[in-house]
Amino acid sequence: MGKIYKFLKYSFITVWTVFVVAPFLWALTTSFKDFNSVNGGATYIPWVDFEPKLEGWKVLIKSPANGGVDIIEPYFNSLFVTCTASLISIVLGTLSAYALSRYTFKAGFVKNNDITFFFISQRIMPPIVLSIPFFLFLGAIDLLDSLIGLIVVYIVLLMPIAVWIMVDFFNKVPREIDETALIDGCNPYQAFFKVVLPNSIPGLIVAGMFCIIFGWIDFFFAFILTFTEVQLLPVKIVALNSSITPWWSLSASALVSVAPLIIVAFIVERYLSKGNLSGAIK
Amino acid sequence: MNLIAENLSYKPDDQFHLNEVSFNFKKGNIYTILGRTLSGKTTLLKTIAGLLTPDSGSIQFEDRDFLKVPVWERNVAMVYQQFINYPHLNVYENVAFPLKQRKVDDQEINNVVKKSLKSVGLEGYEKRKIQELSGGQQQRVSLARSLVKNAKILLLDEPLVNLDYKLREQLREEFKNIFSKGLSKESIVIFSTTDPREAMEINGEVIAIDEGKVLQVGSAKEIFENPKTLKVAEISNDPPMNILNAKIDLNKIMFEGIEIDVPEHLSNLKDKSFNLGIRASDIELSDGGFEFEVELAEISGSETLLHLRRGNVKIITSIEEVMNFSIHDKVKIKFNIDRVYAFNEIGVLESSPFGGSYV
Repeated sequence: MGKIYKFLKYSFITVWTVFVVAPFLWALTTSFKDFNSVNGGATYIPWVDFEPKLEGWKVLIKSPANGGVDIIEPYFNSLFVTCTASLISIVLGTLSAYALSRYTFKAGFVKNNDITFFFISQRIMPPIVLSIPFFLFLGAIDLLDSLIGLIVVYIVLLMPIAVWIMVDFFNKVPREIDETALIDGCNPYQAFFKVVLPNSIPGLIVAGMFCIIFGWIDFFFAFILTFTEVQLLPVKIVALNSSITPWWSLSASALVSVAPLIIVAFIVERYLSKGNLSGAIK
Repeated sequence: MNLIAENLSYKPDDQFHLNEVSFNFKKGNIYTILGRTLSGKTTLLKTIAGLLTPDSGSIQFEDRDFLKVPVWERNVAMVYQQFINYPHLNVYENVAFPLKQRKVDDQEINNVVKKSLKSVGLEGYEKRKIQELSGGQQQRVSLARSLVKNAKILLLDEPLVNLDYKLREQLREEFKNIFSKGLSKESIVIFSTTDPREAMEINGEVIAIDEGKVLQVGSAKEIFENPKTLKVAEISNDPPMNILNAKIDLNKIMFEGIEIDVPEHLSNLKDKSFNLGIRASDIELSDGGFEFEVELAEISGSETLLHLRRGNVKIITSIEEVMNFSIHDKVKIKFNIDRVYAFNEIGVLESSPFGGSYV
């Protein structure tokens, strides 16, 4: 029993690892190939199967005038929009979530759960449904094709995630902890910032991670709401595609674009392994 | 200067959590709120702390309208039945928290915290994380935190209930110590519990409460000797007092085919139905007694609780030794009739062995 279990366990882990890692390796080798190495049949090992070339990577930083695509500016645009929108979403979302978790709101038949659902409902609609009102709305306030406009839209998309995760998290933090803080001389703001928030760091990290991921990978709204002035990375990457699919530079840009998420994953993973995410509240 | 409440009522749903509660608590005293779970004990303590606002009524303390003072300015301390501490702080920081909040200087904080940790037996634990402590130790940390504040009102909401038996005994002793020497004459201690034995041991003024209503106020001895109603008798005895529906006729107590001579203290009760109350400890096994059938026997600690039945009458008796019984065994028991309470049909104490009566 024990042996079979161990065998199955490691087989599964191996298969899964191959499944997850292989595309990255594939992309990595492809990014160093050129037209002939890609189209001349499957090749795997650099220097043996094919001669590595830096052409795929160079295209990413060359200006369009020299036949490149220059993803540097879209890259920083994406970073800026994602980080700003995530930060604002987390701050607003956390405050809203705390209020929804601790205070009772009532306006006619609308109660706390309905308000929470209202937030989440923004994510239930298919993006295509939201795109037209967003387009008209941003057009009306003259924020189409601008970083600020994108940030506003992303806040609408990301804040529900933050609210959802944090309401759930705060509901698990015993109310008595807030009450004890009040009894110990904190006013409600101090109770939140000095006691509740420091105990909610695991929730904040999870919410932050989700916001960053969903913000970073969005293609749809970045595509609809921008034209020429501002471009975000996912849109730019798609623009690489032309009559001849440049697999080498597509692979390079794919690797560059997942890099920030890999960094986020590593930070969260280290935090997880220190055990800080579990057992914060007994 | 006392803590005076008048007609506090709180009814958040269709049930009263507090129903016209009034009291007058004096400084330097210990008050025990005795009631079953959901009787309104926690609600009452939270109302005093300021965490709940009653629908009506008033609380006065030191000539101030206490209901207008926000929680964080009331200078109360509270220990919950769950072990509530700040998980992100270590033991020392937890105890120091209320003092830091008051901006006491560091040297003084250090002294007070050390002293307080010593008084609850947690010296040397300063650097520990809360999660590394046992339940009893966590509860002591929250006790230490509530003591450093030197609060004028100390609220203890069933502080011992979630601890295991041994720790409970030990911590109860410590509570008594702290109450007897550690507290200033300036403070009021309010202790809530479901356990009548705890109430007796704490030995302060007892407030028996049920469904949000104060049923009786008196010393622990008074409540034990002369419970005002059946309900109080039920709350203040564990195992609960046996209630027998009996008839007193021609100087005999009669129920379920049993006839016993009326004892001296019930001799003025005539020819009526009564609810007779008798404690489990006042029933003993005796060869010459009445026959009952064993329904259940539980051994708890060094005593045996016997659930007995005769016809429609069910009683519980506690025997001061460990004995083995099987279900359906026949046992003979004797009632210690001089210790019988008589309550009238609506449950008010008519006559007690200690001479009390509320009719």
